[in-house]
Amino acid sequence: MDSDERNPTGMTRRQFASVASAAAAGFLLTACGPRRLREMPRERLRKAMADLEREYSAKYGTKVTVSDAGPMPGVLFAYALDLSRCIGCRRCVYACVEENNQSQDPQVQWIRVLQMDKDKGVDFTHADPYYQPAEVPQEGHFYVPVSCQQCRNAPCTKTCPTGATWTEPDGIVVIDYDWCIGCRCCMAACPYGARHFNWGEPSIPKGALNPHMHVLGNRPRPKGVVEKCTFCIQRARAGRYPACVEVCPVGARKFGNLLDPDSEIRYIIEHKRVLVLKEELQTMPKFFYFYAT
Amino acid sequence: MQRLTLLVVALAASAGAVRLSPQAAPPQVAPAARPPIQERLEMPPPPFSDGIFPCSNCHASMSVNRTRRPLSDMHTDIVLEHDEEHRWCLDCHDADTRDVLHLASGERIPFDESYRLCGQCHGEKLRDWRAGVHGRRTGEWNGHKGYLLCAHCHNPHQPRFRALAPKPAPRPPRRPGH
Repeated sequence: MDSDERNPTGMTRRQFASVASAAAAGFLLTACGPRRLREMPRERLRKAMADLEREYSAKYGTKVTVSDAGPMPGVLFAYALDLSRCIGCRRCVYACVEENNQSQDPQVQWIRVLQMDKDKGVDFTHADPYYQPAEVPQEGHFYVPVSCQQCRNAPCTKTCPTGATWTEPDGIVVIDYDWCIGCRCCMAACPYGARHFNWGEPSIPKGALNPHMHVLGNRPRPKGVVEKCTFCIQRARAGRYPACVEVCPVGARKFGNLLDPDSEIRYIIEHKRVLVLKEELQTMPKFFYFYAT
Repeated sequence: MQRLTLLVVALAASAGAVRLSPQAAPPQVAPAARPPIQERLEMPPPPFSDGIFPCSNCHASMSVNRTRRPLSDMHTDIVLEHDEEHRWCLDCHDADTRDVLHLASGERIPFDESYRLCGQCHGEKLRDWRAGVHGRRTGEWNGHKGYLLCAHCHNPHQPRFRALAPKPAPRPPRRPGH
């Protein structure tokens, strides 16, 4: 009774010392482990890229380049999609799969085209992603392609327990595949269903690999990590349009710098009727939908 | 005399004021006339059918018939579905200089400037196209932007897009036991 009163936790001095030293050792070990990409010094990052290039070149039998290009100053990427033009042909979906080395079996697709009823308007409860008529567009329907909305107030990055996903200064929400533990909290947090999980070992058919990669974008992903649209970070940071913009047969997809007053995006926001999906959730997407006519 | 001088000065001042006020107005109008994006336009050559151009290869030796009529000997493959009640060939194609088009004003323009012809009716589309918003973009978002002529995507004789076969639908997720 007497000892309990003096030592309410029941822990001896010896026990406390061993627990404390174990915690200190654990902290030191974690601190010495693999560093996050965003904390890596430049030269170490370049060496890590060279390692990745060697690894992928050997695995896929072609010369692979892995870029670590950072954000450009004064650039905030944004996207706009013309709902009055999209015909739901899914050319963008497959251009994205090719450009971004998405797994084909099991199937991972970053863009999902939803067919909606003109009578109901933008209504997710009645949207059909599996439509397969002989020809599109179908009478009485319109099409809403949905991929990552690159939110300014992104719920996904807030839930990640390991800090494996974050928003870059140029507005692209990225994932560090080495730090993702596959808990899928971000997928539950995303109101757009834009994040996809590699349930199985991803497979890319021989010869279909895009060898121009970015470390935060289209490099091959391992099983058990989450992936999503990055505005084709490997192209956008090299000044090019994303693959889906260039492939769209009706020219419904627009891309540019939100901070440049002469960009297409700014013209659209200033002159057209613009909406964002699920505005009431205050996610503040940088992916705008508009009606050009 | 003094009164006369005063009158002259007052007249000169009012004349000056009248002259000044129109000068102040134009700078507000002028900058909007030409969007800066226009200078960057660069397009592939116009999409002619094989062996059809230059038109003068055949038309040079033919007399001009300006009567509106269905064509029966040549160009029968062209079906006009583009305001066909009011338009026909020579509204856009020039009868005297066969290898060019002409605007409503009579100004002759080459085929690679055909967007000016389309823009006579579709002015708001032309404006959007110049700004990079109408039509497909390729190239660089902050540098060299690839543009296409209207006729690269829209057949000028039947401009409405044809329906397309969609690419395959995604596979629905597999559930255990199914």
